[in-house]
Amino acid sequence: MQELQVIFSGIAQGCIYGLIALGFVLIYKATETVSFAQGELMMLGAFCGLACVSGLGLPYWLAIPAAMLAMAMLGWLTERVVIRPVLGQPAFSIVMLTIGIGYVARGLITMIPDIGTETLAFPVPYKDTVFNLGGVVLGATQVVVVVATAALSLLLFLLFRYSRVGIAMQAASQNQLAAYYMGIPVKRLNGMVWALAAAVAAVAGLLLAPITFVHANMGFIGLKAFPAAVVGGFGSLPGAIVGGVIIGVVEALSGFWLPEGFKDIAAYIVVLLMLVLKPNGLFGEKLRKKV
Amino acid sequence: MRFIFKTDYDQDIRLFKHSGQVFWYGLLLVFLVVAPWLIEEYWLAQMTFVMIYGVVGLGLMVLAGYTGLFSMGHAAFLGVGAYTEAVLAAKGWPFPVSLAMAAGLSAAVGAVVGLPALRVKGIYLGIATLSFGFIVEEGLARWERVTGGNAGMHVKAVDLFGLDTSSNEGFYGVCLVVTVLSTLAVINLLRSPTGRAFVAIRDSEISAQSMGIHLARYKTLSFMISAALAGVGGALYAHKLQFISPDQFNILQSVDLLLLVVIGGLGSIHGAFLGAIFLITMPQLISLGKDYLPAFIGQAPGLQGLVYGLVLIAFVMFEPMGLYGRWLKIRTWIQLFPFYRKGMFKRQKSFQKSDRLK
Amino acid sequence: MSDILLSAHNLSVRFGGVLAVNKVSFEVQRGEVFTLIGPNGAGKTTVFNLISRIYTPTTGHIDYKGQTLTQVPPHAVAGLGIARTFQNIELFEHASVLQNLLIGRHVHNRTSFWSQLLFTRSVHEAELATRRKVEEVIDFLDLQHYRDTLVAGLPYGVRKVVELARALSTEPDLLLLDEPSSGLNMEETSDMAFWIQDIQHDLGITVLMVEHDMSLVSKVSDRVLAMNQGEVLALGTPAQVQADTAVIEAYLGGADDAASLRRVA
Repeated sequence: MQELQVIFSGIAQGCIYGLIALGFVLIYKATETVSFAQGELMMLGAFCGLACVSGLGLPYWLAIPAAMLAMAMLGWLTERVVIRPVLGQPAFSIVMLTIGIGYVARGLITMIPDIGTETLAFPVPYKDTVFNLGGVVLGATQVVVVVATAALSLLLFLLFRYSRVGIAMQAASQNQLAAYYMGIPVKRLNGMVWALAAAVAAVAGLLLAPITFVHANMGFIGLKAFPAAVVGGFGSLPGAIVGGVIIGVVEALSGFWLPEGFKDIAAYIVVLLMLVLKPNGLFGEKLRKKV
Repeated sequence: MRFIFKTDYDQDIRLFKHSGQVFWYGLLLVFLVVAPWLIEEYWLAQMTFVMIYGVVGLGLMVLAGYTGLFSMGHAAFLGVGAYTEAVLAAKGWPFPVSLAMAAGLSAAVGAVVGLPALRVKGIYLGIATLSFGFIVEEGLARWERVTGGNAGMHVKAVDLFGLDTSSNEGFYGVCLVVTVLSTLAVINLLRSPTGRAFVAIRDSEISAQSMGIHLARYKTLSFMISAALAGVGGALYAHKLQFISPDQFNILQSVDLLLLVVIGGLGSIHGAFLGAIFLITMPQLISLGKDYLPAFIGQAPGLQGLVYGLVLIAFVMFEPMGLYGRWLKIRTWIQLFPFYRKGMFKRQKSFQKSDRLK
Repeated sequence: MSDILLSAHNLSVRFGGVLAVNKVSFEVQRGEVFTLIGPNGAGKTTVFNLISRIYTPTTGHIDYKGQTLTQVPPHAVAGLGIARTFQNIELFEHASVLQNLLIGRHVHNRTSFWSQLLFTRSVHEAELATRRKVEEVIDFLDLQHYRDTLVAGLPYGVRKVVELARALSTEPDLLLLDEPSSGLNMEETSDMAFWIQDIQHDLGITVLMVEHDMSLVSKVSDRVLAMNQGEVLALGTPAQVQADTAVIEAYLGGADDAASLRRVA
């Protein structure tokens, strides 16, 4: 019985990892850039939501889209100002750039007087609701995470499967110059992708905020999203979510069954096992250069 | 303006390409040797740190800059070296032996961490090394019997055949010798077949293989060398701080090391040391600058992170060749004055090609 | 000692559902220039990749100097004396031409890791010897002005020559050339023809090549193997193969075109 409880909270946590992983798989699929800034974007999203609700006094259901929109614009702006000029540089440099973006975001938030260094509560209408399913107590905060993740995943799946945007993104990621020649507005596309990824990160932040509270170091959870993406297979959108859930569950069960300390590194042990057994992840594709 | 007229293959092989280099590096060496008598203690301590981070940076430079292997958990090797040294020093082992052990153990861990490199590339390798970093950090914290766990561990002074090196100057001397030897070793390696093999692996694995380079062997070797150097740096680090704890070897330390190589200039020996100088002086500069900024910026706790992030972004955007690259441009400008042309170092604009098909 | 340097026996390789190479057999004599021709997708480069051990055959085997290649790991192929160039140039972009060629000498390296670390007298001597060998190749292919230029800054035609130079630096017995003249203009192609002849006669290296330029093929080849869709179509002298009806049908073009080709040959 307690296992079920633990597993469910693991699933909820895993959905958060999955959402963050979804963000950088999106960016990776479109631009083959790995962004280490997703965790910090999530943190900014949470703060943004908080600002909307507490600062501007917006009702909750209005604050969500407002925060998502604000973050989407920030994502688009980041791509325009910082990422676009450096495309074409080796992947390693761009990764360092995104790490820098993360540092800047974290630094700026920490610098805000009175708020930056505090841990703040995020008021949500469903905060205290609990569901009782045959003895298993599920917090509404966790249920909302799972439901929202599922809904968002479905939306994105439809977007990529049935729209030209999805195909265009994949083309641009494989050979930028050829994509240009085919008339694909690569730069505009990249901006869109970053905006979308930032919005997804914002959702993750808004979902996580009631559970862990809002603070400047929230972004470090984003590091666990990388194992999620690898397990799912970098480049696979459903894989990101599935990978996240797997990591979340393994982590929760490790904390429950194994001695102290294993919970923190469970995710990393899983990813190493994955790289040994199935380097391309569960849903990843194996590509080989033809010489 | 200097023209190097080559008459002998030796000129391309030997350490110093021309007399000017001999002069300047000789001067540098002389300055470093007499520094304890010229500079006050605080700055001497900073220079010691620069050397320690320089050695670690050398290791990461060989791995990431010359072999093209992404290591995001490098602090793990620093930690292994530091703790090995601390434990052995506490047991009374002489310094040269304990240093060798620290290097050796780090190299062994490096070989293990390098195993994923034989199968995966690029970002996957980065995440694998990141994972190892977390696991090693946790391991150091949990293995309380040996490492003292999260409470940390005190480190005795260096025991060098009975010589007293507990003073600032003495320890500076030890670091100087280790740094010079490490740098020479790495330079020698890079101008030999092994160094060329590393560069080959970085640029095209498939043709490196067809040239007879055993990929697995050389990748593992690169990891081991890199880890060994980090281990040596870690050992010196332990003695300098005199107190170590697992949280000093976390992801932030690993990112600091990556910052070091990127800002220093990927793919150059000078870059390792320039990056180390940057890493050590940046906090000082921020502290100095704080007084000139309005209070709400200057006294804010997040300022250091913000500045680091901005500098990193600025370097990747405007100076991808790092500090060393900027120095090369300045030197060329001086040498060619007034004939320096703006686009001399400009690489052809490259469009992104899929990394998955390398 | 056998005159046959390399022989393929019933070679087949399957990728998923595609049979890229189907029961291909041929022999390469020591000292000859042997050319593979055929339309794109015929499996010619795949045969090369099988010899270089990048792929493993599904059935059949390759013998080289009497030894079967099937168990040899890819990095050991160069040590056996087989060098190759790649269709889409695989040079080390961020290194100079000289460094690329020096890397080509890797198989002849006898110095140990520790002696390299200390850069002993023997390592120094080895480096000088390596440099002298590489300079011979540079002389042979007239690459002197490009010695210190980074490969990334070189035009295509020069890169092709550097690719050839790098393969020659390994001092091979068998040289695999994958489309040596693709992308080259007429003057560069005729240079390439002379070099291939010099490689054969002056250096005594056996050449196995894939080529589309029929005039080059006729000029330098001793024997030609025509392939189509993974199978062997014809084997013989350049004239014999070019006259073969199956080859004309599949690759060279209809009856009218064959006449014009014969004139060039």
